[in-house]
Amino acid sequence: MAPQLGIVLVFFFWPALQAIEQAFYVEDAFGLSREFAGLANFEAVLSDATYYQALGTTLVFSLAVALGAMSIALLLAVMADRVIRGARVYRTLLVWPYAVAPAVAGVLWLFLFDPTLGLISSLLGNVGIDWDHKLNGAQALALVIMASVWKQMSYNFVFFLAALQALPKSLLEAAAIDRAGPWRRFWTIIFPLLSPTSFFLLVMNSVYAFFETFGTIDTVTSGGPGGATTTLVYKVYQDGFVGQDMGSSAAQSVLLMALVGGLTWFQFRYVERKVQY
Amino acid sequence: MQRAFLLTSLGITLALGSYASSAQANTEITWWHAMGGALGDKVEQIAADFNASQDTYTVKPVFKGNYSETMTSAIAAFRADKGPDIVQIYEVGTATMMGAKGAIVPVYKLMESADVDFDPQAYLPAVTGYYTDPDGNMLSLPFNSSTPVTYYNRKLLEQAGVEEVPRTWQALGDALEKVVDSGAASCGLTTTWPSWVMLENYSAINDVPFASQANGFEGTDARLQFNSTPAVDHIERLTQWQEDGRFAYGGRFDDAAPKFYSGECALMMGSSASYANIKENADFDFGVAPLPYDADVVEKPNNSIIGGASLWVFDGLDDTHQQGVAEFFEYLSSPEVQADWHQYSGYLPITQAAADLTRKQGFYADHPGTDVAIKQITDGEPTENSKGLRLGNMVQIRDVINGELEEIFSGDAGAQEGLDEAVSRGNGLLEKFESAHQ
Repeated sequence: MAPQLGIVLVFFFWPALQAIEQAFYVEDAFGLSREFAGLANFEAVLSDATYYQALGTTLVFSLAVALGAMSIALLLAVMADRVIRGARVYRTLLVWPYAVAPAVAGVLWLFLFDPTLGLISSLLGNVGIDWDHKLNGAQALALVIMASVWKQMSYNFVFFLAALQALPKSLLEAAAIDRAGPWRRFWTIIFPLLSPTSFFLLVMNSVYAFFETFGTIDTVTSGGPGGATTTLVYKVYQDGFVGQDMGSSAAQSVLLMALVGGLTWFQFRYVERKVQY
Repeated sequence: MQRAFLLTSLGITLALGSYASSAQANTEITWWHAMGGALGDKVEQIAADFNASQDTYTVKPVFKGNYSETMTSAIAAFRADKGPDIVQIYEVGTATMMGAKGAIVPVYKLMESADVDFDPQAYLPAVTGYYTDPDGNMLSLPFNSSTPVTYYNRKLLEQAGVEEVPRTWQALGDALEKVVDSGAASCGLTTTWPSWVMLENYSAINDVPFASQANGFEGTDARLQFNSTPAVDHIERLTQWQEDGRFAYGGRFDDAAPKFYSGECALMMGSSASYANIKENADFDFGVAPLPYDADVVEKPNNSIIGGASLWVFDGLDDTHQQGVAEFFEYLSSPEVQADWHQYSGYLPITQAAADLTRKQGFYADHPGTDVAIKQITDGEPTENSKGLRLGNMVQIRDVINGELEEIFSGDAGAQEGLDEAVSRGNGLLEKFESAHQ
């Protein structure tokens, strides 16, 4: 047995199985009493209005983060690909945010947008936008999306840039000779040729938006105001780690696992068809 | 590969085992706490002083992150049979810890069975009330308790022609109007810890119930009641004040503090334990005043209630460990240690003797305003409504309340509507707790 497989078993399959088991029990925090509850945990979760609010938030958030991070990264990669002087400096600077921990990224954005002390929020105040993400749910969501996009952009940038540099130059030159402008060359040649990379990044970015943005949300908004930035994974944390409600939290993670699994299956089944290898 | 792995882990286990046995020259008491920064240094110092005062026990404090992280890790460790001897749990976790019969030893029992002096009467009732059972037995040892007070910016109040912070919400409204109308500040008042200050303490001070069954002290079948008391009018008042600038919402936890530091708001209601932080961050002269009471509701205010944390002892310790914990608690409660902790941190002293000692040392005279909190909580006998809160799942309930308050202050819900929603969601959590603890 390959050692990697052992690690996957111990750190993924075993906890996942335990979560599935836990989801069918009601248990006090200390594990002193444990009672089989059947589907009661799932019923409670699925009849909770805040769960659907979190589901809606997660979908909006994930879509915005995946699309935002990928389109900005693609734009930057295309531009960086054309730079000749100082290319390395630009690339290094653009990759930099990836090295920043999610929590630190969150704090940076929090400083910029703090309603009282923030630089950007005071500039926004000058043009008549009253920025207060501590009360305004839409602004809070926009803020965590911006922070998460900024953080993930670099990852996408590296892949897009590598893909761009691997494109056969002869194709592009031939098109240029046939008088295809840069815009046309991009949409008819470059973009389709990038589709394997784009597909890979779509899957990776969805997973990122669902799971890895936890640190950013925790530091920037803690899920507030009024639950406006509580995503599914944040709710699992709130109910399980803060609230000590193991059964509900486990049921939520099982549902989340099914949701992300289904989404990935959907992406492979339907989106991958459009990929040209 | 597998064999190598097994051998390595065996090696690590052996190394750890020998480390543990060599460290146990005398009895080691582990204390998991949530005090970071300067407070953490003080905790280390208290433990070191205790260790130097005798040579039978070594108290070893371990910082485990913030309050909820500390509680979660202690519970997880307990489940794995590797729990600490002492753990610091925040006040909203009290009902959860109490419900864990068989996981904890109540402090009064621990002190009784150990050979130490223990007089429950020496402790301040408003502080220990939060942590005693209906029969008056102390379940955990209060360690860091604070209560909300009003901080004010002297310069801004002077500019506005307000001479002192009024004692009632009604008069405060007029004073804040002067602050805003005179242009001294764009915002009159803000608050940290919204649920704790504006609902939990408002209810206690004005002698109205926050929840039934004496705020949960008399049974786990308690249900929230703040949607049918003057608290609704109070929240409504704040939303009106928000419109003309007399009040501004600044976020959960301590997030509103920058509004006060920057001079945007002239007043801030916050924890008495924030004194040191405010002193460090405010470059203006500030004062401390008691929380106002509602003249339409009571004639004389009750004591306010506390927040902070207390120390719980896990069950299953052997006699030497129990004796060690008891002796450490006795040391921790001594007037000298308490007075020092109180003066250093701004947390309340837990005994009357420590408060008296602090006064005798001249601390209150040298640091005006530091005695407001202690006066406020010792003001009269605590009533059923001002003893504290004993509600299960309170961590989540407070989260629900804060969320609904945000809906109200952002205008998405009316005061009555938002508080109704908070009560119904909160009661769902209480029902869940009740059914899990029968």
